[in-house]
Amino acid sequence: MNRAAIAAGPETVVRALTHHRRDVRGSLFTVALFACLLVGMAILATLLYTVISGSLPAWRDRSLTTFVTSQMSADPHVAGIWQAFYGSLTLMVFTALIAFPLGISAAVYLEEYAPDTRLTRLINANIRNLAGVPSIVYGLLGLAVFVKLLGGITGPEVEGRSVIAGGLTLGLLTLPIVIITTAESLRAVPNALREAAYGVGSTQWQVIRHHILPVGAPGIFTGTILSLGRAFGEAAPLLLVGGITTFFSVGDASFLEALRGRFSAMPVLVFSWSRLPQEEFRALTAALIVVMLVVLLLVNGTAIYLRNRFEKGA
Amino acid sequence: MLTTDAIEVQLAGVPSRRRRERRIRGFFFAAAATSVVISVAIVASLAGEAWTFISNVDPGSLTEIGWYPRRGLFDISTLFAGTLTVAGIAMLVATPLGLGSAIYLSEYATARTRKVLKPALELLAGIPSVVLGFFALTFITPSLLRPIFGDQVVGFNMLAAGIGVGILTIPLVASVSEDALRAVPRSLREASYGLGATRMATSVRVVFPAAVSGVVASLIIAFSRAVGETMVVAIAAGATGGSLFGWNVFEPGQTMTAAMAALAIGSDQVRGDDYAFQSLFFLGLLLFAITLLLNVVSERFVRRVRQRY
Repeated sequence: MNRAAIAAGPETVVRALTHHRRDVRGSLFTVALFACLLVGMAILATLLYTVISGSLPAWRDRSLTTFVTSQMSADPHVAGIWQAFYGSLTLMVFTALIAFPLGISAAVYLEEYAPDTRLTRLINANIRNLAGVPSIVYGLLGLAVFVKLLGGITGPEVEGRSVIAGGLTLGLLTLPIVIITTAESLRAVPNALREAAYGVGSTQWQVIRHHILPVGAPGIFTGTILSLGRAFGEAAPLLLVGGITTFFSVGDASFLEALRGRFSAMPVLVFSWSRLPQEEFRALTAALIVVMLVVLLLVNGTAIYLRNRFEKGA
Repeated sequence: MLTTDAIEVQLAGVPSRRRRERRIRGFFFAAAATSVVISVAIVASLAGEAWTFISNVDPGSLTEIGWYPRRGLFDISTLFAGTLTVAGIAMLVATPLGLGSAIYLSEYATARTRKVLKPALELLAGIPSVVLGFFALTFITPSLLRPIFGDQVVGFNMLAAGIGVGILTIPLVASVSEDALRAVPRSLREASYGLGATRMATSVRVVFPAAVSGVVASLIIAFSRAVGETMVVAIAAGATGGSLFGWNVFEPGQTMTAAMAALAIGSDQVRGDDYAFQSLFFLGLLLFAITLLLNVVSERFVRRVRQRY
């Protein structure tokens, strides 16, 4: 072909080198790739549209506040989500109380202290594997340990199916993710900082407390809060440790007593409501999902806000 | 005059300070060691009941016509078929969409489009699985599958569940693959362009092969995630009481995870007779082993990418 071009004279060569050939296959490929991304976006948009438009009938005869503050019920006309809403919030507090201190400490050990030994590598591999364990398996762990084995402590009057059992289970589920994201942010802290601090005679703990943790804080905050968002959406483990799907009464139990009592959570309620045959519950489920997504948006928005704020300050 | 020993002692610092440092270090180590305790607790809590199940249950009931735990029928192959069907459909959805998105984001997108599209994908990743289950049940089945496949589509079906799980895993495939593609050194791309290759040829014949182990890893992780996904299937594929062996994607079905959720629904039903309760732990142990294996394999692949570059 080149020889033919030369034989045809210099103009042909110049044209071959300067003129763009239309690369049809290449353009099609680009369009196809972009379409893949667009399909993902379209799914997200359709999902949000379906949920929001599906929830409209529910808002016709109730406001957001009555919906959130009304008790759960089998009657779609009066059913609210209060127990589930409150349950999800307490579970989140529990999850944070367990997973954050434990997870951040573990990450500090692995990144700052741990020597490169067999044991360290085992712990690291173990954490990565724990992060890949399906959430329902954590539910079984919770069922065996917090409900059956320790039921007498976690919830003596409800056979162990208590807020404490649910919160501990979610806490363990979130722990590996917290460790991994925290370790990542610690790794991003420049080594020069450590060396400078050691150079002026700091002990290792002083280096960590005064330099590593403050510098790593934005990443740690963001990662941990995002992991909390994931725990918030989990239903499978809670089904196993006894999340309640129908009406139940908290009565006038005090906050601490309630921790050893029954619980529900918003994702668990989505599961049970979406399977009910009455048409009215379709709209209620959609409304419940809207509330869930708003909470998630708030949680994740907080994470991003914190990240931006801290990064500006640094 | 100081001896070298004395200097060493002085440099080592105040004893009380060193003791405190050791205590702090011990505390952090304990936190890290907790993760190992959790793993041991998982295996121990699963293995005990699983052993009770396997040693007491009638072996014939493990190959009966279907999975009806409350009637003493524990045909595991029924659940394997369901799990493979749903995870297979999920991969059919997630592989092209996830990979396409990854290649676009890594090779084609400008910094500005990336900045918009990447968070949007992360948004999709943040959607709880119960929400996707609801979406599969109330949108995918009636508005997508019924118009295409007609009335043979049952209200609860495995196809919708599989598509739902697939949507859930798209962001996972996209982000892990994209990381692998971006880890390919620029010099390879530049060499390819220097030889006159088009952008498509560079992406498909140079960058993709160089990143292939990372891409494979992303697919394995996604498959593992699809196998372990519970709520989408529990909501959209129906079959709470049990299911017959079958591959028909238009009909209700159960995966291992959905069968576990079904056993757990209604707080008091988990302790049925005939080892229904123990079967829950047996399934859990199987699931744990399968996902562990998949995760270890994918880890191998990821490490291969890291080693090369």
